Amino acid sequence: MLKSKTFVKKTRSGGVMKIVREHYLRDDIWCGSEICTVCKQESTVLQKDSCIESDLCSSPHYLVPDTNVVLHQIDVLEDPLIRNVIILQIVLQEVRHRSAPVYKRLKDIIHEKEKHFYTFTNEHHRDTFIEREPGESANDRNDRAIRVAVKWYSHHLDTAESDGLKVVLITNDQGNKEKAEESGLLVYKCEDYIKSLLANPELVDRLALTNDETKDISSSKVLFPEHLPLSRIQMGIKSGTFLQGTFRASRDNYLEATVFVQGEGEDTTEVILQGLHNLNRAIHQDVVAVQLLPREEWVAPSSVVLLDEREAKDEDDTEEEEKEKAMKIIADDAARKPTGKVVAIIKRNWRPFCGMLNSSLIKESTRHLFTPADRRVPRIRIETRQAAALLSQRIMVAIDGWPRHSRYPHGHFVRSLGAAGDKETETEVLLLEHDVPHQDFSQAVLSFLPKMPWSITPEDMAVREDLRALTVCSVDPPGCTDIDDALHCKPLENGNFEVGVHIADVSHFIRPGNALDLEAANRGTTVYLCGRRIDMVPELLSSNLCSLRSNVERLAFSSIWEMDDKANIVKTRFTKSVINSKASLTYAEAQLRIDDANMNDDITNSLRGLNKLAKILKRRRIEKGALTLSSLEVRFHIDSETNDPIDLQTKELMETNSMVEEFMLLANISVAQKIYDEFSECALLRKHPAPPPSNYDILNKAAQSKGLDIHTDSAKALADSLDMAKVDGFPYFNTLLRILATRCMMQAVYFCSGMDSDFHHYGLASPIYTHFTSPIRRYSDIMVHRLLAVSIGADCTYPDLTDKHKQSALCNNLNYRHKMSQYAQRASVAFHTQLFFKSRGILNEEGFILFVRKNAIIVLIPKFGLEGTVFFDNKDKTGPKLVFDEAGPSLMVEQHTFKIFDLVKVTISLDDSNVQHQKIRMSLVEPEIPGVSVPVPEVGPMAKKPKLDV
Amino acid sequence: MAGLELLSDQGYRLDGRKATELRKVQARMGVFAQADGSAYIEQGNTKALAVVYGPHEMRGSRNRTLHDRAVINCQYSMATFSTAERKRRPHGDRKSTEMSLHLKQTFEAAVMTQLYPRSQIDIYVKVLQADGGNYSVCVNAATLAIIDAGIPMRDYVCACTVGFVDETPLADLCFAEESGSSLALALLPRGGQIALLQMDARLHQDHLEALMEAAMTACKGVSKVLDEVVRRHLQEVSVLTGE
Repeated sequence: MLKSKTFVKKTRSGGVMKIVREHYLRDDIWCGSEICTVCKQESTVLQKDSCIESDLCSSPHYLVPDTNVVLHQIDVLEDPLIRNVIILQIVLQEVRHRSAPVYKRLKDIIHEKEKHFYTFTNEHHRDTFIEREPGESANDRNDRAIRVAVKWYSHHLDTAESDGLKVVLITNDQGNKEKAEESGLLVYKCEDYIKSLLANPELVDRLALTNDETKDISSSKVLFPEHLPLSRIQMGIKSGTFLQGTFRASRDNYLEATVFVQGEGEDTTEVILQGLHNLNRAIHQDVVAVQLLPREEWVAPSSVVLLDEREAKDEDDTEEEEKEKAMKIIADDAARKPTGKVVAIIKRNWRPFCGMLNSSLIKESTRHLFTPADRRVPRIRIETRQAAALLSQRIMVAIDGWPRHSRYPHGHFVRSLGAAGDKETETEVLLLEHDVPHQDFSQAVLSFLPKMPWSITPEDMAVREDLRALTVCSVDPPGCTDIDDALHCKPLENGNFEVGVHIADVSHFIRPGNALDLEAANRGTTVYLCGRRIDMVPELLSSNLCSLRSNVERLAFSSIWEMDDKANIVKTRFTKSVINSKASLTYAEAQLRIDDANMNDDITNSLRGLNKLAKILKRRRIEKGALTLSSLEVRFHIDSETNDPIDLQTKELMETNSMVEEFMLLANISVAQKIYDEFSECALLRKHPAPPPSNYDILNKAAQSKGLDIHTDSAKALADSLDMAKVDGFPYFNTLLRILATRCMMQAVYFCSGMDSDFHHYGLASPIYTHFTSPIRRYSDIMVHRLLAVSIGADCTYPDLTDKHKQSALCNNLNYRHKMSQYAQRASVAFHTQLFFKSRGILNEEGFILFVRKNAIIVLIPKFGLEGTVFFDNKDKTGPKLVFDEAGPSLMVEQHTFKIFDLVKVTISLDDSNVQHQKIRMSLVEPEIPGVSVPVPEVGPMAKKPKLDV
Repeated sequence: MAGLELLSDQGYRLDGRKATELRKVQARMGVFAQADGSAYIEQGNTKALAVVYGPHEMRGSRNRTLHDRAVINCQYSMATFSTAERKRRPHGDRKSTEMSLHLKQTFEAAVMTQLYPRSQIDIYVKVLQADGGNYSVCVNAATLAIIDAGIPMRDYVCACTVGFVDETPLADLCFAEESGSSLALALLPRGGQIALLQMDARLHQDHLEALMEAAMTACKGVSKVLDEVVRRHLQEVSVLTGE
């Protein structure tokens, strides 16, 4: 079978090295077509009657796209209409080198049976392999290889049975096209071919705009400096003249961005970019090369809020420049930060963006501007003929490129999501924007669910401890159907207590490596939106078989301690068990039982025991320096029929909340220690790094404004000084300070113990921590369950569990999903808040100033946990006189000075002038400043207010 | 970009082989007249030369003499031009010493040393060009050289390296494929006895069986090729001597 071999030489950067590889050519690579009688293939991919109706090519044909077509028109290739395509191996390889996301999508298409995409390994085929000729560039050689393969196919399929079946090369390269025509191949440009399709004219909209040089000569003005070639960038980065980092556009100001440059080891520097020129066509999340400006041109980050609200026309830049100038404040040297400009883009990180079409001024126009929902992404110019239909809809658009002379990037329409403002659509947008996988579970996934009716088998009982007799109960928020933890507490004869935490045994149902497991690993976490839950595991498990409901027998993974009455742990053990919960309580119900002196049943006594121990545990934890931080969380009361929010209140915290929390922490810490002892290389743990001191700047400034000092040297010092920070007559001050402190913190992350050395959890002041207690809604916990099960000999290990690289990759996904789910949750709350205020009208509420900006103050209303901005400058008319003092920070508006923590009264209303970014608008009521504040609204809120307090 | 794709979805490896296919093997025996036995082998781009002296009287320190069987002395070396960057030290470094030891152990298990008490057999192998599977190729070369020298062995010793990529065992690794976990097996194919099994990467126990299976099959493939080489060589020799 080995036919012959040739040598392929390769050089690698970093010292030129000659690499010699063998290259075998084969005679057993088949063509994959149904009509072929020569090839001895077992199964075929390409169909006999491959009919795509086209004006250009009336007979049935197979398509062969070249690399650039695949890279740029993947949206078109994904359309169900495009079938029977031959992807050459060389094309696949080139795509793999040039763009990972496109490669992934292409592979997905190839795996899809209905698309009939066939991969032809042309590089190893005896007849289609070609050697690079002297003087030929690698790209030319690859183009020639594609042509040779197409030619081979046309000859190969040109038999009696083929009924004139043709092979069509699709390319956008003019030179390639000419050469192909010379050698007698059927070749079309991508645009021409797609336009010729009879079945689906909308497909044209999905075509990516390619830079057609000839068309653009007319637009003379060049707006942006050119990007430098890659070779110079690499040299520059090596020599230190350029810095490489991830570009992050500012959410509030479209003319400003930061680039995080990863320096040596841990430290990162932040480079500020200001102005369109310096941003130079970089888009949020791109990897860019920046050059620092000379020190005298350095600026401080501006505190202005600016939105790009210009009309579509590329008008004069004067306005832009003015804005840029306005931003450049003469800050003292201390506030200045390294400032730079983008010289090149190393890697684009474009994804399809959700958003809306701006209505064009000219009705028949086909070129439109598209505004993405994510404010960090600039507007995109697209071409579509369906503008009228798309105007009021949320749509998805992909970026194709950003030429130098264009103010906006060019893109193309991908698909429509539904009517804007619609709750379904908006939720869809929210999920897409945060990359939350939310499709229904596939049949493959569901096939791994246990068969119903399910019951505990004698085999299960044989390997598990029978804890059904224990008085176990669960305490959860109201309406919770995925109960993953339950507790018990029992006095022992020696005066100690036996305390047990019982966690749903999800890993019993989800076996490693099957489709159900892979799906859960990909989803990573359950996402809770207002009124909707996107499950990580199918509902049968999450709300039934794994949920530790009362009075049914459930499988559990138990962690059982023996404690003395000082809450010192005498003994710890872990076991798989069977439990029968005696009651599912809410926090409030549990609290009532504890407080009610008349109740003396087993459950209540058990709760009291737990509560007593929890208090000791909590005190001890706080003494060690654990932080108690604060963030306001709101809960909506949702109308059961319309699903509209009808009331809103901040979540209350009760003793029982902290009781449950305390034991969960204890379980997590015990388990973390156990799995780390057993698997020092591959334990899945969670750490919370200490924040860098600069993070505390806001907190320090805020505290100093009230004459207080906050010590931030350690978690303990911070916790103590937060406890001390009290201002007479201002009871809410402490909470505000804690809210600010929360924002100084770093993100806690999952990691694999073999890949890191710092395990410390800063917020909990624990040397080691993991997540064990919520396997129904977090995948990390399932992994921890598996590790723990192996370490107590209750389950067997499997390859991926002990592979630290695979686990590290899993951790990265979990961290990403976790972060995204939090963002999605916040966005969902924001959306429902807007719905709520839309139905409620203008309200008049008290709030505190949380931040002071150059032209605005940000106000927090504790009652709703709502944050909003009060702007002082006005677009249309000249605003009031503003004096901003960076040091305070304080803002003087006319005569009145606003400082952080000031009490103000504002009205709240919904600004729905922009359908996409509906905003909560706040305007000042008190203190009264002529020309700035608005009168107290008379009706409406007064009548409705009592209802709110219910 | 992400590293090399060692196994494509279509089931082809970097150089166009399928997972179980060996590289092309070419070998010659009796390449040097002055040694007692010699052989040259090419397995793809890995090329090795083996020379055998003996059995002869003990040389050097006599105290190593064994009274019931022959001592096997192995030396492994790599030519300075065998790798992409010129090697500084052709032999005597840690890796070579270890390799020598492995070869010695392999052949102690296969050569019928008890026939030659108080004597010594020297095996020298040199890798002329290295492209993965150095140990295996050296074992195969040495086997041919020993046969050429006419020293009785229990069976051919056939060796092969196998790796594990994407849940699939790959036979006869080339250099680019050796980066992951790889396992080297030296087998006496007729009885299926293992002369040496070596692996220094981490591999989950569950995969070991599949990997061993693949290695055994690959070794048997190698043995077929070696057998052919020996038979052809014998034919040539018998023609020359006129028998």
